[in-house]
Amino acid sequence: MNGVHDLGGMHGLGPIVIEKDEPVFHHEWERRVFGMFLPVFATGAFNIDEFRHAIERMGPEYLQTSYYEHWLAAFETLLEEKGMISAEEFSARRARIAEEAR
Amino acid sequence: MSANHNRPLSEVEIRVKALESLLVEKGLVDPAAVDALIDNYEHKVGPRNGARVVARAWVDPAYRERLLADGTRAIAELGYSGIQGEDMVVVANTPDTHNVIVCTLCSCYPWPTLGLPPVWFKSAPYRSRVVSDPRGVLKEFGLAVPAEKRVRVWDSTAELRYMVLPERPPGTEALSEDELAALVTRDSMIGVAEVKGVTA
Repeated sequence: MNGVHDLGGMHGLGPIVIEKDEPVFHHEWERRVFGMFLPVFATGAFNIDEFRHAIERMGPEYLQTSYYEHWLAAFETLLEEKGMISAEEFSARRARIAEEAR
Repeated sequence: MSANHNRPLSEVEIRVKALESLLVEKGLVDPAAVDALIDNYEHKVGPRNGARVVARAWVDPAYRERLLADGTRAIAELGYSGIQGEDMVVVANTPDTHNVIVCTLCSCYPWPTLGLPPVWFKSAPYRSRVVSDPRGVLKEFGLAVPAEKRVRVWDSTAELRYMVLPERPPGTEALSEDELAALVTRDSMIGVAEVKGVTA
């Protein structure tokens, strides 16, 4: 299906930014998102094609967010859709973590 | 843990912590498995693997033939296989043709041989432009491909991963396989660089 992810040949997306001696991860949260990849698939809740499709369903924010934010968004979408984590408990947990970090 | 913070958590950090803590609490994810996966891809799997494949192909013509005929199997001979490398196609640079790889739809990349992709490979500017103006993009990487040389761009599908077999640089006849592997860069196996010879 056509979508915002279908970037081949698109114009006007700016220069290619090449980082010298780039680290594998730029932030600790990227490490954690990457590390959840296989364990989350191992739950059997969804497969790789559903994961990719969840990224493709992101809409315009796709172009404004980074690679591991795409993964995070797909995990959130699918875990809720598959009934593994409800929107309410995710929201409550976010609030608690933000409060504890203050 | 909160005592260690000297700044508020970002929105994305909060989402990640919330997600992981819920998955762990529900017994769906083992944090030790998460740690192990991170360690493996941050410290063990990387382009040195692909460099060994390239060096072997340079010194062993029979291996090169197997590599170009069935990349997945030949790469597994050296012990590299698994996720994001299940269906590998290796494309060889020649005096007539330069190859470069991309994944326009996503960020597919051969993890077992090259490790995790750099940010620019996953970025919208590279993915959009390398298919429409490959020579211009290669120039930005410092690689000017002569007009008479063909440039081929290989765009991954959901299953298939490409890797470039760069040309062996001249003046390297006396080098051992290990020394050759040390010359091979990640970028040369993506196809945005060539392998440079030894500067004497």
